[in-house]
Amino acid sequence: MPVTDRLSTRFAACKAQGRAALITFVTAGDPDVAATPAILDALVAGGADIIELGMPFTDPMADGPAIELANLRSLGSGTKTSDVFALAADFRARHPQTPLILMGYANPMLARGSTWFADQCKAAGVDGVICVDIPPEEDAEIGPALRAVGVHLVRLATPTTDAARLPAVLDGASGFLYHVAVAGITGKQQAAQANIELAVAKLKAATDLPIAVGFGVRSPEQAAAIGRVADGVVVGSAIVDIVGSHGDAAAPFVQDFVASLSGAILPRTQETAA
Amino acid sequence: MTDTATLPNSLRSQPDQNGHFGAFGGRYVAETLMPLILELEKVYKAAKADPAFDAEYAELLRTYVGRPNPLYYAERLTEALRAKAEPGKGAKIYLKREELNHTGAHKINNCIGQALLARRMGKKKVIAETGAGQHGVATATVAALFGMECKIFMGAKDVERQKPNVFRMKLLGAEVIPVHSGSSTLKDSMNDALRYWVSNVHDTFYIIGTAAGPHPYPELVRDFQSIIGKEIRSQIMEAEGRLPDMLIAPVGGGSNAIGMFHPFLDDPEVAMIGVEAAGEGLDKKHAASLAGGKSGILHGNRTYLLQDEDGQITEAHSISAGLDYPGIGPEHSWLHEIGRVQYMPIKDDEALESFQTLSRLEGIIPALESAHAVAAAEQVAPTLDADKIIVVNLSGRGDKDIFTVADALGVEM
Ligand SMILES: Cc1ncc(COP(=O)(O)O)c(C=O)c1O
Repeated sequence: MPVTDRLSTRFAACKAQGRAALITFVTAGDPDVAATPAILDALVAGGADIIELGMPFTDPMADGPAIELANLRSLGSGTKTSDVFALAADFRARHPQTPLILMGYANPMLARGSTWFADQCKAAGVDGVICVDIPPEEDAEIGPALRAVGVHLVRLATPTTDAARLPAVLDGASGFLYHVAVAGITGKQQAAQANIELAVAKLKAATDLPIAVGFGVRSPEQAAAIGRVADGVVVGSAIVDIVGSHGDAAAPFVQDFVASLSGAILPRTQETAA
Repeated sequence: MTDTATLPNSLRSQPDQNGHFGAFGGRYVAETLMPLILELEKVYKAAKADPAFDAEYAELLRTYVGRPNPLYYAERLTEALRAKAEPGKGAKIYLKREELNHTGAHKINNCIGQALLARRMGKKKVIAETGAGQHGVATATVAALFGMECKIFMGAKDVERQKPNVFRMKLLGAEVIPVHSGSSTLKDSMNDALRYWVSNVHDTFYIIGTAAGPHPYPELVRDFQSIIGKEIRSQIMEAEGRLPDMLIAPVGGGSNAIGMFHPFLDDPEVAMIGVEAAGEGLDKKHAASLAGGKSGILHGNRTYLLQDEDGQITEAHSISAGLDYPGIGPEHSWLHEIGRVQYMPIKDDEALESFQTLSRLEGIIPALESAHAVAAAEQVAPTLDADKIIVVNLSGRGDKDIFTVADALGVEM
């Protein structure tokens, strides 16, 4: 993968500023397709470095109630796969430099075959894909097609991924490594900071990929604490909750919240000075 | 279609080491669950090779479940069908009496086996999903037997529809957790069971109720249910001195059917029919994943699923809660593609009719699931010569369904 791609460029830029990247998640088409562009713009305006766009699925079994409801709101308002790629392509046109990751489940991604999916990602300017229910053991389903078109396959490492298993996870991983901080679903459960620090140190010893930490990160304080040890901090459910309460008027509220997160993730030098 | 030239010598040697049955099966789960699933595979392999494990399983089946259950010649049903058939036609119909098992269905065969595995893994908590509550009751039963803590995930709609089974589970000491997500039925209860499991992997064993889910579940559920086919083999040899010409079983996720079929897969003279729930008809609401679905990924395996062109799962419908699921076990998808097993759709009204026919002719009230298989037999038997033998798997008894059936027939209870 050339170092000139958007993801590595963005991680490198954050690193040069001495801070972690802020990665924010929303579900495409939540509450509807028309409202999504303004919400995505609000993420960027609030200071998000990387965007994760959720592909809605009827059965999001790795997600807690917040994101599950977002999936159902999106599908309920009629979001189709073609809408998700149109949202991505429009985002790419408005924000040529901001990395965009599609996150979701295997069945919607592979419904028309992995080659079709990879080609759509490439054409829409998607930089990477996170597929929750394709572990390394089933890489053949999606990995080869994405690699063939130069779209990153971002892998997940969890608290149950032990040292023996980690090499299998890293084999074929690219873009960054997503450390799932809690053994569980997305939502409110929080990991202890000490455990996160330990896990990130172990992962850093095993790979040169940037390490992003997510699941259960809800507040600027938590984001700041994780940002001190990781290369990226992922916030999802807390933003999705705001979309859930404000619907298609959510954009300004989302922007304020994301600004509070990005404002908290200070450059490490600035923090020591402060 | 699989190229038949590449088929293995034995159809009983699936899955491969990665849990694939041809293009189906596999392990499609979140990374958090992978280490546990790999460990389960190891533990299961060791248990399979340990005569003590098998001995304990066999003893519990004998003394607790009440096995072997009979293979019964349904003479009045056979004769009634012959009376309507052309002269010389009308196969002999036997019923495999799984409904006589403790808890009234085949589900317990699998629950005993998985509880033994849970104990081997040192897990004292078990969870399960359930639709009608049959698998929930069987799981709650073995949890009581083994002194394990038990949580049953059940769609809120099903909790309302199946009050007697909800009370049974509570009597047995289980906690019943109503699932409000999605469509609040079986598929959603499986989603929530998986969500709970991923958050409690360290001390919890998931007793999956059918021959589906991530590897090694389809394999181990099949192995535990294979007692059905093994017993039929020796019982029919004793009764008829030969193998049957045809096996018929209902297919929800496919556990009773694969348990019946698997010991016969390498006997080409034995034809097999898996009966899918066609609900209101294949052009309307139904639960026939093979007839009306396509290959996809859900609940840990690649298999045939009811879905739209975007891969969104569509809601299943069957009058029988145990068949009301938008997927099917991966081994059935494979057996369908290679053509070894034929799958036949039976509608709600056909099953309702057979529910009553079997009750009146044989004094056996079948589960609505099993009534689908009886309906298929009623259609097929008259087309076969009178010296042919059909075995129908009577997977469960119908007491649980009397309210549903009364309702469908417009009877006030
Ligand atoms: C009596 C009976 N038969 C059949 C089924 C369908 O399940 P499977 O296809 O796994 O045997 C059920 C499920 O609840 C059942 O209760």
